[in-house]
Amino acid sequence: MAGTTHGEGRLRPPFPPWLTKTLTTLATVAATIIGLLFVTFMIGRVMPIDPVLAVIGERATQEQYDQTFRDLGLDQPLLMQFWIYVSDVLQGDLGKSIRTGQKVTTDIARVFPATLELASLGTLFGVVLGVPLGVVAAVRRGSWIDHLARFVGLIGYSMPIFWLGLVGLLVFYGILGWVAGPGRLGIFYQGVVEPITGLLLVDSALRGEWTVFRDAFSHIILPASLLGYYSLAYISRMTRSFMLEQLGSEYVTTARVKGLGEWQVVWGHAFRNIRIQLVTVIALAYANLLEGSVLTEIIFAWPGLGQYITTSLLANDMNSVLGGTIVIGTIFVAINIFSDLLYRFFDPRSK
Amino acid sequence: MKKSFVAAAVASLLSVGLAAPSFAETPPNMLVIANRIDDIKTFDPAESFEFAGADVSRNVYEKLVNFDPLNLDAGYRPQLAESWQISEDGKTITFTMAQGHVFASGNPVTAKDAEFSLRRAVQLNKTPSFILTQFGFTPENVEQTIVATDANTLVLTLDQPYALSFVLNCLTATIGGIVDMETAMANAADGDMGSDWLRTNTAGSGPYKVVAWKPSESVLMDLNPNYAGAKPAMERVIVQHIQESATQRLQLERGDIDVARNLSPEDVAGLADVDDVKIVDELRGRLMYFSANQKNKMLSDPKVFEALKLATDYEGMAGSFLKGQYTVHQAFLPLTFLGALEENPFSYDIAAAKAALAESSYPDCGPIKISVRDAQERLDIAQSLQNTWGQIGCEVELIVGTGAQTLDRYRAREHDIYLGAWGPDYPDPNTNAGTFAVNPDNSDEAGATGFLAWRNAWDIPEMSKKTLAAVVENDTDARREMYLDLQREHQKVSPFGMMFQQIEQNGMGASVENFVAGGATTAVSYWVITK
Amino acid sequence: MSTSQGLRDWLLSEEPTSRRQARFAAWYKGWLTLRSNTLAMLGLFVLAFLVLAAIFAPLLASHDPFAQELGQRLLAPGEDGHLFGTDSLGRDIYSRLLYGARISIYIVLLVVMVAPVVGLIVGTVAGYAGGWVDVLLMRVTDIFLAFPRLILALAFVAALGAGIENAVLAISLTAWPPYARIARAETLTIRNTDFIHGIKLQGAGPVRIVTRHIWPLCISSLVIRVTLDMAGIILTAAGLGFLGLGAQPPSPEWGAMISEGRKYILDYWWVATIPGIAIFAISLAFNLLGDGLRDVLDPKEDNA
Repeated sequence: MAGTTHGEGRLRPPFPPWLTKTLTTLATVAATIIGLLFVTFMIGRVMPIDPVLAVIGERATQEQYDQTFRDLGLDQPLLMQFWIYVSDVLQGDLGKSIRTGQKVTTDIARVFPATLELASLGTLFGVVLGVPLGVVAAVRRGSWIDHLARFVGLIGYSMPIFWLGLVGLLVFYGILGWVAGPGRLGIFYQGVVEPITGLLLVDSALRGEWTVFRDAFSHIILPASLLGYYSLAYISRMTRSFMLEQLGSEYVTTARVKGLGEWQVVWGHAFRNIRIQLVTVIALAYANLLEGSVLTEIIFAWPGLGQYITTSLLANDMNSVLGGTIVIGTIFVAINIFSDLLYRFFDPRSK
Repeated sequence: MKKSFVAAAVASLLSVGLAAPSFAETPPNMLVIANRIDDIKTFDPAESFEFAGADVSRNVYEKLVNFDPLNLDAGYRPQLAESWQISEDGKTITFTMAQGHVFASGNPVTAKDAEFSLRRAVQLNKTPSFILTQFGFTPENVEQTIVATDANTLVLTLDQPYALSFVLNCLTATIGGIVDMETAMANAADGDMGSDWLRTNTAGSGPYKVVAWKPSESVLMDLNPNYAGAKPAMERVIVQHIQESATQRLQLERGDIDVARNLSPEDVAGLADVDDVKIVDELRGRLMYFSANQKNKMLSDPKVFEALKLATDYEGMAGSFLKGQYTVHQAFLPLTFLGALEENPFSYDIAAAKAALAESSYPDCGPIKISVRDAQERLDIAQSLQNTWGQIGCEVELIVGTGAQTLDRYRAREHDIYLGAWGPDYPDPNTNAGTFAVNPDNSDEAGATGFLAWRNAWDIPEMSKKTLAAVVENDTDARREMYLDLQREHQKVSPFGMMFQQIEQNGMGASVENFVAGGATTAVSYWVITK
Repeated sequence: MSTSQGLRDWLLSEEPTSRRQARFAAWYKGWLTLRSNTLAMLGLFVLAFLVLAAIFAPLLASHDPFAQELGQRLLAPGEDGHLFGTDSLGRDIYSRLLYGARISIYIVLLVVMVAPVVGLIVGTVAGYAGGWVDVLLMRVTDIFLAFPRLILALAFVAALGAGIENAVLAISLTAWPPYARIARAETLTIRNTDFIHGIKLQGAGPVRIVTRHIWPLCISSLVIRVTLDMAGIILTAAGLGFLGLGAQPPSPEWGAMISEGRKYILDYWWVATIPGIAIFAISLAFNLLGDGLRDVLDPKEDNA
């Protein structure tokens, strides 16, 4: 997946001062984001769906149609439209959503925390369970726990998430009633907690509204576990392979010869050495969850960014789609660069 | 770092055990509804034109005349206007305002507010404005045609005499909602007459006011403290967007919600044995039909289209995947409308269909494309048509698209067969007659996209005249007869295969009383509900 | 018997006499290793089974997969001769599943013909040419990598119109960048080897070098990657079908079948569950095979 990005493919200027490097990185980011915008923009404009109809609906007259067509700036040449759009974006204006009638920035500020919360908790599950599983699988290579790890990973890679979500919802909500249903919060808790961060779990805890916290938790636990499972599959596999590399290396053998305890060797030495690699993997897993939660959000009626982009797309609400894509794309690029930098500065071998 | 991970893990594992939902039922003065509300774009009565928007609007804004939810059959009743008079020449209607109605802001409702609201709807010229402009109001002439002569009197001047019932019916539509002028203008920007503000806020005199709206998530309404009528039992109404029928059903079973509004036939059946839950059926105005583009040579052959109508399994569909939610109905006026025709002349008869096809100029039929949007119910219908039309030798391909894509093609007259739904815009027969049976100009250049007859390139100068004659007929019985005749003719000659009328099956707690979704004519009324 | 023994000896010969023999020998040894991997073989068997089921679908099916019978809808598995029951229009789920396998295989084949090929061309050209060509191509690759993949695919399908070919195209468009990166990395390591220098000295042009000498060497890492990605591709295609953007009704595509059945999941679990299991089985099979292939072709642990 995205794990292939680090190291290769980045520009390497002939002379190495850090300033040049930073500037190059920035230029790269800018070029990538402009490119991202351009591609999405073009897709939006060649789309055979008429954005005007999305605004005015089925009953409008031709005259109203023409008016809206001009209001949306669609009578301008394509490149002009793109230029106007980009200059607006640079001023922090993502335009107005035709589906919700609100500013895209307002919409995104509303839906993004939901995705952030879900992906964060999912990654947390993935890390908490995936890292130890990967380490143990590497240490006991070939044992039942290694096979279990592999099995768990394979299942994770092979299961259609939307189907697993449906079945999970049926079993844990429908039949067993252990968790709350779709959505982010029970209906009558709506508006009880005044938002601080937008993350419901955090806000309700900060405000001391524990019943709300419990309700929110009972809503998020199932989708977060599902997403967590997918990131667990990825993280445990990577952890295992990093650990194997370390355990096979000379200094580990030396440490063992010196008579260090197994725990000390594994956690004190080998694991210490893979920390940086692991952080980059986790960062990538996190980025993947941020963008990969689309189907999960749809199944669980989770009012997040993925669902927002998808519904907007189907309604040809291109401002919303572009806005959402910029946000996700930027985060993606940022995380990639972050892990790249981390890798370069801390990993002795990549120097 | 690692320690805190572990701590968090332990904490979360512990709380999994406590994760079960805590409430068993909703508070007694709160109504919680699950519904699909992602179509809401605005609450502004001048612009709002969606089902879910109308549901909000009806509970927030009062109108000059309105329907009594507990007696919908009685038709329009006085609300903000206590009485009205029509002039000798039939062109001027004078309303006398009722006393005691107060907006949520505390401002009293006057004729000035009514003048402002109706003028504004015409001037803003948004999609639903045709409901008013069809009486000759234009942005240029509203200063003369919509006039509050004093705080208690509003005078409307029409361009020609119309049936009074036609005019008043139109005023019960969402666009007839009376807005608080002072509040709206205080929030106006760039000459929008408060449009931007009214998109997300409400300023009405109805029983409720909108407190919070999260698009595609929820609408929260609280009582309007100044409401003139009896204090509603439900002090807070929450409508939550729940897409899936199965989810709505589970929530209803668990008592998480009071009303579920989008249950599938299977889920309705599944709820039959559940205690404390009941299903209330209500006939709505929405019709399901297919129509043939007359630009297509083969489909413009009346015998071919007759064959298609005969090769449609109306009862089979209504008895299976549409069970309980659609009733077979083959005329363009929905039942309960003035002049609705109840005769269903077509039934599934493959032999007759084959015979009709053999008589046509296309005995071997030919490829047919059905344009359909990607909603499960319509896909099911389309697949059934594909199946049964296939049996008479027509090779059918489904062209599935999003709502906008499909509509786009329809308006551009690029479809073969369009499978669609139509809901009345206002509770007068002309709302459907004026689109199914009127085509002002069949040329492409005319772009009369608002008319379904035009979209299907069906050129009907004679029938158009007849339809338009019906809107000025003031004798109700004569008017009814005119519509009945029109529908009978329409059934014979039109390229429309009317199939079904919707029955809304709302699931609700057994104690919920007076839930009225609005019948075929209007929207939901929360203020009469008790539980 | 003796010829097969001879063949075996020829393949396992310590001193291959021709380049072709060497290559075949390498393949054969790989096969032997793969054969010893039970799970990979299991995956292979499942896939073989699937291909057979798809090929012989007309013989194996008990019903016409498109025939509707509204009176026979939503029957439970086993009822009235419907092995896996019927769906909401009374169609036989077992028969639809068989025909659906054809669609899955069709998708897989199409994607394999597009994405890796595009990636291979972009990657090798970038790697071999270097300079601004490299910078430009890799920047484009980065842009596509930075894109949310499912959303990009959704956008493409929305732009091109829903349908299976367009879904495949959209998936391919989002799937090629990793291949380009792999191909470029391989090219960079090969480019400066003596072997390539030698060929250059013999007067071979860049096109010839890239197509004849670099491409073949990139194949094995691409094959592993493709096999491992296959599950992801199938899942994405099913996801698009689930969202109504992939195969169109009445096509028995598995994702679309889940989507149709999801409405009935509370009372008629099998309608959505059975196609779900089918998707799971096929992607698991690809993953098992991919894992095995990686062990064979690329003994060092994969870092991605």
